[in-house]
Amino acid sequence: MKMNVVFVTVAVIGLCFAGVVHSSELNLYNWGNYTSPDLIKKFEAQYDVNVTITDYDSNTTALAKVKAGGHGFDIVVPSANYVKVFIEEGLALEVRPDQMENFKHVAPQWRNPSFDPGRRYSVPWLWGTVGVAVDTDVYKGDINTASIVFDPPEELAGKINMAPEMGDVLGMALKYVGSEPCTTDKVALKKARDLLMAAKPKWVSMDYGLTEKMPRGDFSAALYWNGAVYRAGLAKPSIKFGYPREGYEIWMDNALVLKDAKNVETAKLFLNFIMDPENAALISTFARYANGISGSEAFMPDEMKTASAINIPDEFKDAGMFFPACSKEATEYYTAIWTELTK
Amino acid sequence: MKNDKLASGPVGDMQRKRTRRNWLLSAPALVVLAAAASGPLLIVLVYSVLSAGEYGGVVWKFSTDAWFNVVFFRDIFDGTTTLADAHMKILWRSVRLSFMTTLITLTIGFPTAYVIATRPRETRSFWLFLITVPFWTNLLIRTFAILEVIRNEGLINIGLQMLGVIDKPIQMLYTDFAIMVGMTYVYLPLMVLPLYASMERLDFNLVEAAYDLYATRRKVLRRVIIPLVKPGIIAGSILVFIPSLGAFVTPRVLGGGKKMMLGNLIELQFGAGRNWPLGAALSVTLLALVMAALLIYVRSTQSHSGSVR
Repeated sequence: MKMNVVFVTVAVIGLCFAGVVHSSELNLYNWGNYTSPDLIKKFEAQYDVNVTITDYDSNTTALAKVKAGGHGFDIVVPSANYVKVFIEEGLALEVRPDQMENFKHVAPQWRNPSFDPGRRYSVPWLWGTVGVAVDTDVYKGDINTASIVFDPPEELAGKINMAPEMGDVLGMALKYVGSEPCTTDKVALKKARDLLMAAKPKWVSMDYGLTEKMPRGDFSAALYWNGAVYRAGLAKPSIKFGYPREGYEIWMDNALVLKDAKNVETAKLFLNFIMDPENAALISTFARYANGISGSEAFMPDEMKTASAINIPDEFKDAGMFFPACSKEATEYYTAIWTELTK
Repeated sequence: MKNDKLASGPVGDMQRKRTRRNWLLSAPALVVLAAAASGPLLIVLVYSVLSAGEYGGVVWKFSTDAWFNVVFFRDIFDGTTTLADAHMKILWRSVRLSFMTTLITLTIGFPTAYVIATRPRETRSFWLFLITVPFWTNLLIRTFAILEVIRNEGLINIGLQMLGVIDKPIQMLYTDFAIMVGMTYVYLPLMVLPLYASMERLDFNLVEAAYDLYATRRKVLRRVIIPLVKPGIIAGSILVFIPSLGAFVTPRVLGGGKKMMLGNLIELQFGAGRNWPLGAALSVTLLALVMAALLIYVRSTQSHSGSVR
C-alpha cells in the first residue's frame, strides 16, 4: 500500500514535470517536399528533440486524417482557407502565437489575417500566388493576363498545362469572367464553364511536375504556383511568371497545433522557432516561396530577394486575393463543372 | 450385422471428429479472411447510401443521392435531369482502353509465352525470370520510365529526329495512345505468366500429330493450340482487364489528367469533390463491373471443360 502511494506520487510528479518541460518528440504533418531538412536538424539540435515528418498531398487529405483521430500528429500546415476549417471544426488548439516571443517578426500584413483573426492559432509557414507561367522564347506578348491559359494566343495553343486543382482553376476562371470564387451565381458559373470548355482543346495536359517538365519543353505555358515556376525559371531563364491582372490567387500555408496533440509544449516551441527570421529563411530557401516573416530576406539566397515571381511587383498587388474554402453547394457546382471538363 | 455396426460406428465418429477439428483449426483464418474481405466492402456499401459531410466524410443520414448521381445528372444550370453523360463517357473510356490493353497484351503475350514454352526445359526458368524483372520496380517508376521514352524530348522523338525521319517531335505523351502504351507495358507480365502456365502443360505431341495429319500451320494454331491454352488466355485476359479498369496512376501520369478514367473519377469524389457517398457508389459500380467480367470468365471456363468432356 505504502509502496503504491509512493509510486503514484512519483508518477504524478513525473507527469507534472513533463508538462512543464517539453517532451523529446514532435510529429509534424506537412505537405510533401515542403519541409527544409536544415530547419529540422537545427530545431532537433537546439531543443534536443526528435522530429518525425509525415507527408500529405492535399488539404482535404490532411483534414480527413486529422478528423478521423488517432493520428498522433502535433502540428499540421493547412492553407489559409483550411486553417479556418480546422478552427471552426474544433481541431486546432488555441496556443496564442500572438503572445509568443518571436511574433514581433511577423510582417504586419500577416498579423491579423481573415482566416485567423489576431493569430490566436496559426503561424505563417510560406505564402505564394497562383499565376501563369510562360516560356518567353515561344510567346513574346503580355504575360500578365489569365487569357494566356483561358483564351490562348496562337503560339501557345496546344502547349498549355493546367494545375490539376479544381479550386484553383475554377476560382481563377470565375475571376476571369468577373465573378468571385465559390460563387453560387449560376450565370457566372455558366460563363466560367463555357470559358473552360472552350479553352480545354488548347491545353495539352492537366498535371503536376512543372518544375521538371516545362524546362524540357513538354509545354510552354501553364497555370501554376509561383515557387515552382521560379524554380523552372532557374533551369531555363526564358520561363517567366505572370500575375493575371483580372485577379489571381494568393495562398498561405500556416502551422497550427492540433487539439489532440501529445507534445503541445514542443509544438509551441516549434511555432516560435519558425517565426525567427533566420529559420523562416531556411524554409523559403528550400521550397522557394516567401514566408511572411520580416527580415528573413537577409538570410535568403541573393537571386530570391529580387525575383518578381516571389515578390509581387507593386502594380499587381491589388489584383491578388485569398480564395475562401467553398461551401458544400459551391463545391457541388465546382465538381459538376470539373467532371464535365475532364470527362 | 452386429459386427458391421461395431466396425462402422467408431470409424464414422472419428471421421466426423476429424472434420470438426479441421474446421475448428481453420476457423480463425477463415474468420480473419472473411472479415478482411467483406469488412471494408461493407463500409463502402454503407457509405454509398449516406449523405456527404460538409468537408468530406459522411453524415449518418440515409440518402440515395449518390446512387442517383451515378446514373443521372441534374443539370446545374437549367435543372433538367438527364442520363449522366460525363460518367458514361468516363466509364466507356475505361472499358474501351481496358479492352484494347487486353487485346494488345494478348497479341504480344501469346507469341512470347509460346517461345518460352518451346525453349529447352533448362532455359525456360531463365526466360520466365526475365519476364518478372519489371515487377521488381515500383509501378510509378515504371510509368515514369515510359514517360521518359515517349515525351517530346524523349528517346523516340530525339532518335527519330536524329535519323531525320521527322523534323518536329510527335505529340505522344498525354494522349490515349500514351495511356495504352503504359498499361500494356505494365500489365504484359500478367498476361504472359498464365499463358505460359497453360502452354507449358501443352502436349506438343498433339501438335506434331496434327502436322502429320496434314494440318496447315494456321489450322494447328486455331484448332489445336488455342483450344488447349484457352484457360490461360481467359485467365490472362481477366488479370489484365480488371486492374486496367481501375487503373489510376497510368492514366494520371501518361494521359496528362485531361481525361479521367473511373479510378480518377473516384479519387476526385473522395478528394477535392468532398462527396464520399458518390465516390463509394462509383466504387461499388466498378466492383459490379469486375464481378460481371468474372462471371463471364467462370461461364466460359465451364463451357470449355464441358466441350472437353
